[in-house]
Amino acid sequence: MANLLHIVVCAGIVPDPLQTLEPVTGPTGPGLKNEMVLPAVLDPWAASALYEAANLAAKNPGSKLWLVSLGPKAKLQQVMMTVAQKAGFELVPIDGPIGGFPDAHSTAAVLAETIAALPGLDRAKLLLFGGWESATRGAGVTLQLIGERLGITDQFQGVDQIELREDGSLEVLERVEGGKHQVSVCAGTPAVLGWATGNLAEPRNNPQIGMANMRTIMPALQKAKVAKLDANGLRYVSASLPKQQRTTRVVKDLTPDEIAVELVEWIGAE
Amino acid sequence: METILVLTHADESGSALTKASLEAVTAGQELAARLSASLTIGIVAVDGPSAAACLASVGVRLLAVSGEAVAQARYASDAAACEALCRAANASIVVAPGSSRFTRVAASVAHRLGGFIDTHITALGGTDAVEATRWFYRQRVEAVLSRNARPWFLLLDAGTHTAFAGEPGAAQVEEVAVQLPEMRTTVSGLRAPAQGAQTIRPDARLLFVAGAGWTKKQPDGQVHVGEAGELILGFLGASGASLGSSKSLVDQGGEGEPVLPFLTHMNQIGQTGSTPRHAKGLSTCCHGEEPHVVGWRFITDRRAISLDPNCGWTRGKADVVYIADAFPVMAKVNALLEAKKA
Repeated sequence: MANLLHIVVCAGIVPDPLQTLEPVTGPTGPGLKNEMVLPAVLDPWAASALYEAANLAAKNPGSKLWLVSLGPKAKLQQVMMTVAQKAGFELVPIDGPIGGFPDAHSTAAVLAETIAALPGLDRAKLLLFGGWESATRGAGVTLQLIGERLGITDQFQGVDQIELREDGSLEVLERVEGGKHQVSVCAGTPAVLGWATGNLAEPRNNPQIGMANMRTIMPALQKAKVAKLDANGLRYVSASLPKQQRTTRVVKDLTPDEIAVELVEWIGAE
Repeated sequence: METILVLTHADESGSALTKASLEAVTAGQELAARLSASLTIGIVAVDGPSAAACLASVGVRLLAVSGEAVAQARYASDAAACEALCRAANASIVVAPGSSRFTRVAASVAHRLGGFIDTHITALGGTDAVEATRWFYRQRVEAVLSRNARPWFLLLDAGTHTAFAGEPGAAQVEEVAVQLPEMRTTVSGLRAPAQGAQTIRPDARLLFVAGAGWTKKQPDGQVHVGEAGELILGFLGASGASLGSSKSLVDQGGEGEPVLPFLTHMNQIGQTGSTPRHAKGLSTCCHGEEPHVVGWRFITDRRAISLDPNCGWTRGKADVVYIADAFPVMAKVNALLEAKKA
């Protein structure tokens, strides 16, 4: 028997990983140079969460899927043109700052307040999804704080797989040290799941899903509430690019045997 | 004056602290000495007194939450245990290892105490104020930050401090009582990846990175995935290295291309993977920013084998680049390592 789920996916937008990033300091603290014109994508691990959520919702008819995203409205609209073709969802946009430097606690407070106010959300059936870390701040705390604010006492991070059983319980595989998974069984919803890569490939673009999504996405973007994030006493002393340059010795004239000897010597006592 | 609490937890034995916990102890000691602050150490372990034995020489207040309830890493019980330790210590700064166990709960504990948290801290400095260094944008931008709000939780990345090593002995431990909530989650254990041999070895000195070139057509016009797999596994066996992979190689499985069966997304390094810490790194058949920049951020000594003498990603990133076909090189390396062993 299928379980009726209310899945909320929290997903931010991040600069395309192929872009060169350069930090700059402005009046409100550090940011990225030309941040607003850098091409953006849905946060990779949060995207895994969205695909897993869509898959789970499809297997459990009657389930609902919301995508809650905080970012500049214009950038959200740009990213949604692609994301909307991947899975069916209801977008809940929040017009706010972009980037990894705003405080995670403030971000979590805004997201939790938004989720708590979602019309039709049954919190007893709630699965709160997101990436276990973002590709911007990468702190791995926002989702946890949202869950705590919503009073959810079963939380899992670094999730690669879940299995929803007929009785509504969930078997969860979380990444732990040493390339292993911790296996847990949670009695059921509500729960927080911060996803790592998962097991699903990125869905192909489906223009029909995109068309259906865009009918609700555009009005939602127009009505997006504006969020201001407090610093909570967070002060940046500096933000800089690491010193990357090494003097690379390019070895072109050695045979494979000679290279192997040099490598084995280098590996040494390993 | 600051009061510092170092939160620690036991390993799978339940009676010995993890290496990452001992690293946090060192960080806490250094911070306390610099700030002239008081230091307390909190322990989460089945057998708290036994776990505390290695801390006997620290000479600070030791608190513990002990018992079967904290035998397994689980959100509800660990959050309650850490919250109880923090309340008992009444600390203004909490230092803890960024282990999977504590990263699951630390932010929530900070929230329960009305505090704030910063994670993936790689260094603690500052003169008048505590300044923490961490990376943003997946190891691309390094920032130093500070907070005047308290309590302030700082989760340290593993490998950033020396593990505390004091003379073991009988330690005086104060047991802290915990009011546990209803447990809705049971932990059944750990599971290694299904693909056979464990190839991720965080404690290895060497990281071996395999790129997508291993599964591409070779000079004879054929792909040699089977041979590539044997060479890589042979090298891991002979050298004890840990295996990392580029995203493109791991992703091939989902795209119907030939794959190395022992690779999973957990081997992936870079933007959407891990950024492991090893003394040395050897990349083979890689091309791109992921393996050479982001995934290699914390690799000290880097070498690469590449067919492309003009690869811009290795120039300035690796210490040595060998322009060669990795297949014959690694076959010979394996033979030499095996001969050395024999």
